[in-house]
Amino acid sequence: MRNGSGSAPTVGDEYSSRVAVTVNGTRRELTLDNRTTLLDALREHLGLIGAKKGCDHGQCGSCTVLLEGRRVKSCLILAVTLDACDVTTVEGLAGPDGLSPLQEAFVAHDAFQCGYCTPGQICSARGVLDEAARGWPSAVTDDLTGPVRLTDAEIRERMSGNLCRCAAYPHIVAAVRETAGTP
Amino acid sequence: MRAFRYRRPADVDEAVALLDADPEAAYLAGGTNLVDLMKLGVQRPDLLVDVTRLPLDTVETLPDGSLRVGATVRNSDLAAHPVVRRNYPVLARALLAAASGQVRNMATTGGNLLQRTRCVYFQDTGKACNKREPGTGCAARHGQNRDLAILGWSEQCVATHPSDLAVALAALDAVVEVAEVGGTREVPLVELYRSPGEHPEQETTLPRGALVTAVRIPPLPAAGRSAYLKVRDRASFAFAVGAVAAVLDLDAGVVRDVRLAYGAVAHRPWRALRAEAELRGRPFTPELAGRAADVELEAAVPLAHNAFKVPLVRAITVRALTEPAEAAA
Repeated sequence: MRNGSGSAPTVGDEYSSRVAVTVNGTRRELTLDNRTTLLDALREHLGLIGAKKGCDHGQCGSCTVLLEGRRVKSCLILAVTLDACDVTTVEGLAGPDGLSPLQEAFVAHDAFQCGYCTPGQICSARGVLDEAARGWPSAVTDDLTGPVRLTDAEIRERMSGNLCRCAAYPHIVAAVRETAGTP
Repeated sequence: MRAFRYRRPADVDEAVALLDADPEAAYLAGGTNLVDLMKLGVQRPDLLVDVTRLPLDTVETLPDGSLRVGATVRNSDLAAHPVVRRNYPVLARALLAAASGQVRNMATTGGNLLQRTRCVYFQDTGKACNKREPGTGCAARHGQNRDLAILGWSEQCVATHPSDLAVALAALDAVVEVAEVGGTREVPLVELYRSPGEHPEQETTLPRGALVTAVRIPPLPAAGRSAYLKVRDRASFAFAVGAVAAVLDLDAGVVRDVRLAYGAVAHRPWRALRAEAELRGRPFTPELAGRAADVELEAAVPLAHNAFKVPLVRAITVRALTEPAEAAA
């Protein structure tokens, strides 16, 4: 048995693995200790520090990224499981012409204060918009088989996996509401 | 976190063989609970067998009308499935009341059923816990036990099962399909779980290394009118303090059939058979629902901090049954 996570992994070590993962459209090959979470792979190995480490236990949402286009908590995903997968972080949301409409709305509505939770909020909101567009109901949807309208109550429920200790929630809801239906 | 080896088996047989060959191996599915417990030092596998790429990710309607849900179907996909939304609202509601959007995108059907208790003493390696470390005692029995069991607990363990999905499946008479060395078996969901008794470390009736491959839900037309009510300490993204799954079939106002299961009150999803017997064959009224809950809760023995759960479960039983009754009227 080995302890600690400080030793550098080497190829052939049965406790580490080679992983090829596409991040923000670019294929990246890494050799990682099997214990490495996706969050740590992004931040410590790929220099992508947009996704934040808040609680590191799946409770705060600041590490939210998109995996195969679906929002997930990167602190609870082991990078070794992601060979041949596609990851989008907040750094990958902007297009060649600048920020996405969702990101612009966060700026326009002042939907943050300290900004620590913001990358996770934005990635989660991207997921919310896509899930609503697919007609997925939520816990506050009255008619499970009817169309989905992103009311404020729906947005609050769907964004409940992202905490903001500055309590910018009303502005976050406004930014998501304004962006509904945009790419 | 303890270092571990990682394998991605090609098929179910290989997965089962890998677990069988290594007593310290564990299956990895969505990881939403296991990876957290590994970070906490509560679980310390030396090999993770990743089952998420096995071909167990489909939902199909069988010729007899049953719904067969593969073990790696994600909670969000199951909640959004058209058949689940139309025919089993109790199941969709239970899934949607659980965790957060991100976690539901990760968590699987099989993993959800086999998740571990959120008893804070179980999750704290500095505390005595017979479930985590047999023979060390139960710090929760006389500790902060407000969130814990009122039914079926033992002096060795007062933990509750945290799943919402399992409560709905208990009400729906679901059957769990399991692969193990040398074959397969089927287990009614309510018999998948054990009461804590003398051995709270043994949580299921499955042999070590068994792999849940699917859950089968029998056809139940009455489930089109069903409800899941969950009470929690905040409006969203919290485990239940109490929960109830209810399916009610009325014939001219008389209870022809009823299924009731409780969550967050016991070591296992609690099928309320005594309450069901009290209801069956009688004209439905909210008062009858309350009496039925009383009959079931006669067995309740609250801990120092959770006596409130008894009237809470009674109240949500009445509400969860009255909702489909009014829809049918």
